[in-house]
Amino acid sequence: MMNIDEIQVAEETLNSAVPKGPIHEKWDQHRFEMKLVSPANRRKFTIIVVGSGLAGASAAASLGEMGYNVHCFFYQDSARRAHSVAAQGGINAAKNYRNDGDSIFRLFYDTVKGGDYRSREANVYRLAQVSNAIIDQCVAQGVPFAREYGGLLANRSFGGAQVSRTFYARGQTGQQLLLGAYQALQRQAHAGTVKLYPRTEMLDLIIINGRAQGIVTRNMVTGELKTYLGDAVVLATGGYGNAYFLSTNAKGSNATAIWRAYKRGAYFANPCFVQIHPTCIPPSGEHQSKLTLMSESLRNDGRIWVPRRAGDTRPPNEIPEEERYYYLEEKYPSFGNLVPRDVASRNAKAVVDAGHGVGELRNGVYLDFKDAIQRLGKEVIKDRYGNLFDMYTSITGEDPYETPMRIYPAVHYTMGGLWVDYNLMSNIPGLFVIGEANFSDHGANRLGASALMQGLADGYFILPYTLANYLAQAGPGDAEMSHSAVKDAQLFVQDKIDKLLSVNGKRSVLHFHRELGKVLWDFVGMARNDEGLRHALKRIPEIRAEFWEDVRVPGSAADLNQSLELAGRVADFLELGELLALDALYRTESCGAHFREESQTEEGEALRDDENFSFVSAWEFTGDDQTPRLHKEPLVFEYVKLSQRSYK
Amino acid sequence: MKLHLKIWRQKNAQDPGGFVDYDLDGVSPDSSFLEMLDLLNEELIAKGQEPVAFDHDCREGICGMCSLMINGVPHGQDREPIKQITACQLHMRHFRDGETVVIEPWRARAFPVIKDLIVDRSAFDRIIQAGGYISVSTGSAPEANAIPIGKKDADKAMDAAACIGCGACVAACPNASAMLFVGAKVAQLSYLPQGQIERYDRVVNMVNAMDAEGFGGCTNTGECEAACPKEISLDFIARMNSELIKANLKGGR
Repeated sequence: MMNIDEIQVAEETLNSAVPKGPIHEKWDQHRFEMKLVSPANRRKFTIIVVGSGLAGASAAASLGEMGYNVHCFFYQDSARRAHSVAAQGGINAAKNYRNDGDSIFRLFYDTVKGGDYRSREANVYRLAQVSNAIIDQCVAQGVPFAREYGGLLANRSFGGAQVSRTFYARGQTGQQLLLGAYQALQRQAHAGTVKLYPRTEMLDLIIINGRAQGIVTRNMVTGELKTYLGDAVVLATGGYGNAYFLSTNAKGSNATAIWRAYKRGAYFANPCFVQIHPTCIPPSGEHQSKLTLMSESLRNDGRIWVPRRAGDTRPPNEIPEEERYYYLEEKYPSFGNLVPRDVASRNAKAVVDAGHGVGELRNGVYLDFKDAIQRLGKEVIKDRYGNLFDMYTSITGEDPYETPMRIYPAVHYTMGGLWVDYNLMSNIPGLFVIGEANFSDHGANRLGASALMQGLADGYFILPYTLANYLAQAGPGDAEMSHSAVKDAQLFVQDKIDKLLSVNGKRSVLHFHRELGKVLWDFVGMARNDEGLRHALKRIPEIRAEFWEDVRVPGSAADLNQSLELAGRVADFLELGELLALDALYRTESCGAHFREESQTEEGEALRDDENFSFVSAWEFTGDDQTPRLHKEPLVFEYVKLSQRSYK
Repeated sequence: MKLHLKIWRQKNAQDPGGFVDYDLDGVSPDSSFLEMLDLLNEELIAKGQEPVAFDHDCREGICGMCSLMINGVPHGQDREPIKQITACQLHMRHFRDGETVVIEPWRARAFPVIKDLIVDRSAFDRIIQAGGYISVSTGSAPEANAIPIGKKDADKAMDAAACIGCGACVAACPNASAMLFVGAKVAQLSYLPQGQIERYDRVVNMVNAMDAEGFGGCTNTGECEAACPKEISLDFIARMNSELIKANLKGGR
């Protein structure tokens, strides 16, 4: 089990490979300096892409178009179902179409500030730089973005921003962007440059001669284990929010690919940076299997309130205006209901903990559209949020046009992930990590509408360059099926499956997943403290031990077996959860989504400790049940002035 | 609440399969239909039996993975006052205590059963591969506002693009036709200026691919529209037919 007192810190700091020069010239200069692979040579390189969401699909399609030989693996039955599909609100870009003061520099600045100064400046600047090309690309693909009557693109403002820079397609922006990337991917599948592997999950990473050169997969229909070798491996497998059991992630979203990479030597960065989204539908009971997000674009027109008197159980329409506590508007007059996600979430927790919660289980706050409907009319609200309102009605049985929505924070996105350098390559040569699976651009807190931007930036406009640079220098791989590392990974995978099936205990996988989730939510959730985190660090290994003694996984390995799939993923979450707690305990400052109760301002805001914690924590696996080794990447800010965030 | 479930169990594609009866107690009216199945599966696992396999992922009605025929209706959307939702968004408050509920997979030759309630919908991907895209490689796009698109056309394109590819239209159709799915994609791209260049090849290639997959023909029963959780309109089938006629007149492939 991991011990905070045994952490060894590596003396050498990590090299982020950020190019020299002024920030606005770094990427252009780097693009010129990077090595190229000539069009004729590209088909000789085989690239393995795991995941088909915005990052994976855009990367696989782009690499296929360039002429590489691409293999794309995903666990869903179709690439179109990857969980990027569920993003509702929108995608940011610095187009400044609204003429309201936006610029690449402002998008960069807002993103670094929103991340509470725990992201790498050069990466974020590049993200803002390529944001405009993403919109161009998506429009050309036929993504039906919202438009003005004049036929030009519409924008809206989004949580944490004072400009309107968010592009959207009703409340289904993620779906439409994903379908754009999916269609580009299908076009390459048709052209034969990309081979697709649906219902296939990656269970291990193969490293030969220090290079990532393959993966071991399981065909989820036949149970067949198969090894694929390539010249580089790209992980685009999303985040690890499902460690908490209840989250807004899809049920299948899992961390197995990045966790196996970690156990093969890739560093895991900032695992404690977990975003808790403020506007989700509160749980309705024990049966709850996942939480549904209501896009935070709703905060543009909805007003958040709770009864001013704790324990007030009157229905909302019987509570007079003066007895309603619009806590965000009162506490943060300039941003009001549009404060960043972490601030909105913590404030919701504070009022619910203080007894002001609403709904039958007193576990939510109101998001009220009455004023907006009066001001704009029901039709306008319906046009903006119709599908979200319908979704809310079908889940809760309540009509938000008539009665306020009930919302509460839920785990939504993980800013942490595998450590990558400026080239999106992990510390293992040839292992690239893109999208939510890496740790890079959002620091300690992601701003709304920035996840879609990052996934597509990585896949369309960054990886295709940096991967070529790697291949041009490293040359073709030298992996062979007979290599001992291949056998080793195959044996490991087979052994783990056999073990899971042979425990034959009494409790289901779901039972253990729920138990882990509860510990993480209660002690490594929205507010964390020393005592709680130490408890979690003690409790998680206990649950893990119970799992391996008493789990029951029915069925066989040579068949479609959903219990077995889940068991493997939960086994990994039971390990990852411990690292998450350790990282949270080690970082005694508060920053962004990571709120340590010991470190707050008089106003109750996250209080950073820049002197001691202005670095990325990158953890190196040192063995099962061992305390991992800590590598630090110092964060240096040359262009953004560090300040205490204030949204008053 | 209590339910009597009749669920299609089938070991694999070769197995003939059949209905198995289960009694389930303690279902919360606030749980979703899939959470009800979770509860059943927990009980089956506790009894040492194999749980029921069913496809699901996002559980918020957008990924299109869930695919259950509930009492003969795709996604069980015949329960007033709710309509046009996916099975994961269907909640048990719309069922009666003691009700008998029959659960089957999608039934269509082009969607073979893989196991229990899981079917193979890869035919849809192959139809998209045949032309359901605009051929624009990364990097070659013009400035996004260079080509204005009227709000009306943009809205219609969005209406068509809302399809989640779940296959309820095929399951509902007496001919197991995929016209609504294909029509939606053809129509979306036909409304947009960017989609014009490949417009006629696209419709011909996609319709040919649809036919090759073994989907049935369209006889205008309208069951697909009624079953669509995203309210994709029959008008898009008409649009596709008109595109096809124009393509043939122009001598498309």
